[in-house]
Amino acid sequence: MTAMSTRAKLAVVVASAVLLGAVAAGYAATAAQAPGTPPPASDGEQPVTLAPGPRLLAITDRHVSTVAATDPAGPRTVAGLECLRVYAAAGTGICLKPETAWSYQMVVLDAALRQTRAVSVPGLPNRARVSASGRMVSWTTFVGGDSYTSSGFSTRTGILDTHTGATVASLEGFTITRDGRGYRNPDVNYWGVTFTADDNRFYATMATGGRRYLVRGDLAARTVETLKENVECPSLSPDGTRLAFKEAVDADPAKGWRLSVLDLGTMRVTATAETRSVDDQAAWLDGGTLAYTLRGDDGQPDVWTVPADGSGSSTLAIPGAESPSPLT
Amino acid sequence: MYLSTVSRPAADPPASGPRRRRFALVSGNVVALGTVSLITDVSAEMVAAVLPLYLVLGLHLSPLAFGVLDGVHTGATALLRVVGGFAADRFRRRKLIAGIGYALSAVAKLGLLLAGRSIPAIGAVIAVDRLGKGVRSAPRDALITLSTPPGALGRAFGVHRAMDSVGAFLGPLVAFAVLLVVGQSYDAVFVTSFCIAALAVVVLVLFVRERSPGDGVSDPNDPKVSVVEAFGLFRSGPARRLVLAAALLGLATIGDGFVYLLLQHRMDLGLRWFPLLAVGTSLAYLVLAAPLGVLADRIGRLPVVIGGYTALGVTYLLLAGPVDGWPLIALTLTLYGGFYAATDGVLIALAGPVLPARLRTTGIALVQTGQALAYLVSSVLFGLAWQAWGPEAAIRAAAVAVAAVLVGTLWLLASPSRLSPRRVPR
Repeated sequence: MTAMSTRAKLAVVVASAVLLGAVAAGYAATAAQAPGTPPPASDGEQPVTLAPGPRLLAITDRHVSTVAATDPAGPRTVAGLECLRVYAAAGTGICLKPETAWSYQMVVLDAALRQTRAVSVPGLPNRARVSASGRMVSWTTFVGGDSYTSSGFSTRTGILDTHTGATVASLEGFTITRDGRGYRNPDVNYWGVTFTADDNRFYATMATGGRRYLVRGDLAARTVETLKENVECPSLSPDGTRLAFKEAVDADPAKGWRLSVLDLGTMRVTATAETRSVDDQAAWLDGGTLAYTLRGDDGQPDVWTVPADGSGSSTLAIPGAESPSPLT
Repeated sequence: MYLSTVSRPAADPPASGPRRRRFALVSGNVVALGTVSLITDVSAEMVAAVLPLYLVLGLHLSPLAFGVLDGVHTGATALLRVVGGFAADRFRRRKLIAGIGYALSAVAKLGLLLAGRSIPAIGAVIAVDRLGKGVRSAPRDALITLSTPPGALGRAFGVHRAMDSVGAFLGPLVAFAVLLVVGQSYDAVFVTSFCIAALAVVVLVLFVRERSPGDGVSDPNDPKVSVVEAFGLFRSGPARRLVLAAALLGLATIGDGFVYLLLQHRMDLGLRWFPLLAVGTSLAYLVLAAPLGVLADRIGRLPVVIGGYTALGVTYLLLAGPVDGWPLIALTLTLYGGFYAATDGVLIALAGPVLPARLRTTGIALVQTGQALAYLVSSVLFGLAWQAWGPEAAIRAAAVAVAAVLVGTLWLLASPSRLSPRRVPR
């Protein structure tokens, strides 16, 4: 090394910088040429609407779209509205969409896809849900790097009452009863809310100390209590008696999840016929059918359906779509 | 530009006296190491900034599955850090070991491209990245101590850490600039990050020197450092007390996440502003690192370290205390950044002269590992205290713990003849 003069060394550094810069720029140039998502124009014939009817709502290429419930693989109506996650009920929609290049917002939509409220949310969109009456909306985002283990991820789950505008930005302030006793821990995370018919009670996932619990919450009282372990992303059936959820295989999320149904009367769990790992909050299309997103090895999503009672087999419903919701 | 300010390391053993120190800028090797750290941190923070986006929106993975192996990684990194430090001393190849660490992290950036959607593969790549970080820091800090006169160590570490944080600051900006230019191509960010990290390795290879003349440790005829000799560090009074003190001080830290969480609790801060708390702390760190390093050379390193941990204790009290609103945020983040500035580099500056030059990398690795493991313990204890007593009582208990740790540290280290060989007469 001593043989090299400082000038020679500097020349090598500059040459390396130019070379490496060219590599980076060249790669970026080819990456930028890759086809982006063309914004699908709104279909001329009929606009997307959230009004109740025999249609399914889903996201196609990051845009809100609907298909006929009887022919989900058939013609699709695509709106110009860009969402990463969507859900709707009784003419009210929730859409988690980009706000700037690196921030996201939750918007409440009316039946004509007009924005009625918008709330900036921290982190990255994950789950969204509307109560059956269309009054309550809830969302979950992933937040990186602020968990106290410093490298882990945490979640934030919020709830908004669209009638009063009352907002709970995060469930983390709720009083917790775990296994009958009071509990608190800074590592508590919530995700995947599903509302009951009274628009006050809800079910959700609470994670703490490496365990994941099904909790029942009371919005007015700001409380949650644990009901069962290893139940994630609950989704309440239209009759309010069963919860579809994802159950971690061997209680270890690293092994994937089995889409299952919990009977709230007997607390018995029935696995559905879907054997592939489902990482989604399922939607009830009717009293007996679940819809959910599955991704191929290339990350491309498809919407599948499966009977909720464990019978039958899964069926591809909407190819190339994600985030399904019935329009009820 | 900086090359013109390089002061050649003195051929004679560094003179001891305030007159000489006034002239001593930081040595060329420190500037070179600072430049390598700056460039590497741009690369590392680029990836850190976009990794959540990539995992959640790019790959649609459920990132909650990632935390599982965290403890295992931390333990393995701690062990390998000490092994790497010992190897650096034994073969007198500190630059080589540091270079391997930097190269590992650079390669890990490309690994992200190859890992695809496999969670185990991504976890392995992240582990390699962290391993590189763990392996390189002790030999790098040892090189800084070996290329700097003992009287200017505070300044040298201050400058190095300030350059390091500038890189950490620029990283996210570069990452988002790349994303703006190429759209949502995270791969382009990883490739750019790799290229930047590779440039840092080039700078290291060309400009960082293994030895400076007169460091007194490089006689090839010296017997090699043995494992027995390394264990001897624990028998020598000053070195043992230093490692103990470092671990003890580590027990005083509860971790950034908790501090920001408590701040957010107190303030009812909009959740989307949460990431800015870390930015505020880094800013205070960046600004204060060099001045506090210089101060440590003037008044002694131990007083500055003690002052830093006092700032940490006051930070905890503020989180439980009467101040509210924006003053609370400004005070807390300034003090918390000041804590880092007064302790991170200064502690190594304090340790350097106490550790025999032959075993310096091993010693520094032990100091850093002791701190890391103690922090792991204290963060778990703090979590338990929070569960049992609630956040306010837990943070008050943490403040009390800081006071106790300070008393213990003073008891261990406040022996001027051993630990402050270069006390400046008043």
